[in-house]
Formats: sequence, structure tokens, C-alpha cells
Amino acid sequence: MEHLLEQIAHCIEFGKVNQASPYPPEMKGQPGADEWTLTALQQGFSPEDILQHGFIRGMDRVGEKFAAHQIFVPQMLLSAKAMTTAMRHLQPFFQSGEAKKRGTFVIGTVAGDLHEIGKNLAGMMIAGNGWDVIDLGKDVKTERFAETVRQHPGCAVGLSALLTTTMENMADTVNALKREFPMLKILIGGAPVNAAFCTEIGADFYAANPQTAVQYLKEISVGWSK
Amino acid sequence: MKRITDLVTAGHLLVADGAWGTMLQAAGLKGGECPELWNATHPDEVLAIAKSYVDAGANLIETNSFGGNRFKLAHYGLADRTVELNRAAAQISRNAAGDDHFVMGSIGPSGKLLLMEEVTPEGLYEAFAEQAVALEAGGADALVIETMSDLEEALLAVKAAKENTRCEVLCTMTFEKTGEDSYHTIMGISPADMVAALGQAGVDVLGTNCGNGIQEMAGIVREIRKADPLVPILVQANAGIPVYQKGKTVFPDTPETMASAVEALVLAGAHIVGGCCGTNPGHIRRIARVVESINERKKAGEWN
Repeated sequence: MEHLLEQIAHCIEFGKVNQASPYPPEMKGQPGADEWTLTALQQGFSPEDILQHGFIRGMDRVGEKFAAHQIFVPQMLLSAKAMTTAMRHLQPFFQSGEAKKRGTFVIGTVAGDLHEIGKNLAGMMIAGNGWDVIDLGKDVKTERFAETVRQHPGCAVGLSALLTTTMENMADTVNALKREFPMLKILIGGAPVNAAFCTEIGADFYAANPQTAVQYLKEISVGWSK
Repeated sequence: MKRITDLVTAGHLLVADGAWGTMLQAAGLKGGECPELWNATHPDEVLAIAKSYVDAGANLIETNSFGGNRFKLAHYGLADRTVELNRAAAQISRNAAGDDHFVMGSIGPSGKLLLMEEVTPEGLYEAFAEQAVALEAGGADALVIETMSDLEEALLAVKAAKENTRCEVLCTMTFEKTGEDSYHTIMGISPADMVAALGQAGVDVLGTNCGNGIQEMAGIVREIRKADPLVPILVQANAGIPVYQKGKTVFPDTPETMASAVEALVLAGAHIVGGCCGTNPGHIRRIARVVESINERKKAGEWN
């Protein structure tokens, strides 16, 4: 039985979306995360077990390999695609309240910055770990973040920047959000930022890669068993 | 005028310019404003930046068109002005460069991922061709396809530039250190991968830009050189990894720090050295001084 969830984890780890997908070549013709997830539901696995022991296990391995430079963005995107596709089968259970998400995570690239590959990867990894992810896109103004946080009390926020020229906009956004929501947890990531910058601008956590963001969110999410 | 590749293959080292984005900000460009629109609305400010690099001793002057492909301009509702803004970018730099400096039209990434089918290869090729042709029409001698991380995108841009213009084509990718003597772009491309694919496509100059500062660049240059003993190499490094101090982004590498790394870069195989994010004419002036002294030593037979 455990074998079935491991199949899901394996497909996510190697980016096998569904049977029709040609990637990875050595798994051609085999069922993917999509089919295995349906089978698991039909066999009576709970959505939470599928999430925890299928999706999260797979995405954890992906995150670790990415952090160790063993895989790069393309492999990670395929894994995220496999996860997102399979997640659709679990969505009805989350919507009905039968299964619970860890919480809401709001993510976006800061004002003036049009780059979103890193932000998308982080968002997908975090979604794969059982968070409701609200992706505000790129070039997101502070007010847009604030508005979204007001609508989702208790959420956490992730800010991304790729350009050295938009780091200051990130600082401004953190500043404004912290003033209005002192308890709000803010994560930052992106090529030019680091832990020292995070401390300097008063954000809560610097995520060097999506995996560390996932770990941090696990630590701060309360009331979520398993 | 001679071609860039003629000069470097004859053994002459060249100096490229430094950052534009951070210079535009210093001139008043606000976050959320389209930098390329300044070619139409603030041509004097853009010209002043180009001139400052000419005055600092750069032989190759870029253009304010890094984000000037139609996909990025569309974000500002300016896709219809792609040709106009790129042509203006090249005209401004041409103005500053005169006849004895090279103008390199800057072409940055599209911001779209082929892998995720956000764009088709044909769509990408057409967009790069459009930008390349407009930059040539504005007076660019060369085109620099820069800050690339995806090899297929870089390849399409190189082909679009080679097949639709008469410009020399340079291409730099942004690598990070991924282990001992191991460098990859975020898409997993190594310097050797870049050399193999883009060399075949007829690129004139290869190299690396942006990244984590000039100290890291010699290792990348060695990897490129290992993969191709002859290809001319361009390096444009950031002024270090930015730090945030008192509400301002500060780049730690001083002109002296950067200049002190130039000899090692040349020894590793670089022919053209300039700057990227956080560098300014002060950095380029110091780099130019070192490059000039190496050129003199070469002429006198005192350099290796």
C-alpha cells in the first residue's frame, strides 16, 4: 500500500506528469503522478496521506537536490508541474473542508521587477507542501500585498526580487507591511538578497532556495498535525 | 572601423562599459518605470550615461535596451514601440560613441520560459530578430545577448541576431558556482555547454556577466577557455554582491578591487573586460588603466 504513495513521490521527484508525458525518457509510457494519485484516492488513501507521503515526500527530495546543485530549474519545473497536475485531484477535498491546508501563503515579485521564475518555483514548492498559495505575479506594488493580507488574516508572505535595482522596493514593502501587520511573517528570496539584507530590512526569513522556505514555513505553521 | 574580433584576435585587449540600470536609477528612474522608455522621454540623461563610459575609457558602449524585447515592453503597454525604443537606444549610444568606439546593442532575456511553453521558439526568434534589426538600424556595430541562463533561448537570440543583421554577435551567460571548478546557470548550463552550442551557431564572442563579483569570474573564464582555445571572451562582472546599508543598496567592490582582478582574468583568457550591476564610470576608468598597461606590456613583449 505504501508502495502506491512512493510511486507518487517518485513521479514528482523525477517530473513524470502523466502517462502521456515524454519526460523523463526512461519512464516513457508509464503512469505519472496524475494517474497514481487517482488510483490512490480510489483505493481509499486519505487526501492528507497522499499529500504528506506522496507529494511532500517527492517535493522534499526535489528541494534537497536543487539546494545541492544536483538538479536545476528545468527539472524542478517538471516536478512542480507533476505535483500541480496531481494536486487537482485533491482540490475538491480541500474545498469541502474534508482535508486541511497548512495555511495561506501570499507570494509575489516586488514592484519594478518583472522576473518570476524563482518566485514561481518557490510558490509551487510551497503549494506542494500543502499551503494555499496566492500568487500575485510580478511587479507587485505594496498596496496590493497589503490588501491581500487584509483579506487573509494569518497568512504568511513571500517577496521575491531578481534585480539589484529592486532590492530597495523590497525593503519599502517589508516596512509598510510590518507597520500595518506587526505579527505577519515575511520571507524574502532572490539572487541579490541574503540573510544580512533580510535582517537589515526587518523581514523574518531569507530563503536561499525554495526548500529552506518550505522548512521555515513548516516550523511556523501551527495546528497542522502530521 | 575594424571589427571587435579583428582587434582581439590581433592580441589587443578591450574595455567594455559598466552598469546602466543602477546608473539610470541614480539619474532618477523610479521603480516601476520602464527603463527603455527613457530613450524617448529622457534621451539627454541616457546620453550622459553613454558619454560617461566613453570618457572613462570604454571601447565598447552598450545601449539602454536590456529589457527592450516586446515581451518585457508589453508589461508596460509598450510592445508597439519596440522598434522605436531600440532604434533610439542605439542612436543615443552611437551619438556618444562617435566613430572610434563600438556600440553594442544590449539584448536581455525575454522573461519567458520555453520549457513551460510560455512562448514558442518561433515567437522568441521573431522577438529577438525584431530587437536586433532595430538596434542595427539605430547604429549598433555589435549586439550583446546578455545575462542568459537558458541555452535554447540564448541560441535563438544568437541565430536571430546573426541571420538578420550584419552585426558582430557577443553572448554572455550568468553562472553561479556549483562546486569545485563547477559553474552552472540556474537552468543547469555549464560554460562548456554554452561554448558547444553557441560556437556552432557562429557567435563571435562568448563570455559571462552579472554573477557574484569579479573574483569568481576567472574560474568561469578558465572553463570557457578549456572548452574553446580560441574564442574571444568578454567578462562583465557586478561590483560584488550588493549589501543594504541605511536604506540604500551598496555594491561593495571598489574600482580598486575590481581593477586588481583584471590581470587574473586576462591570464585566464579574457579579451574584453567591463562591468555589470553596481559598476560606474569610476570602475571602468580603473579597469581601463589596467587593460591599457597590459596592452602596452604586450606591445613591448613584456607580457607572457
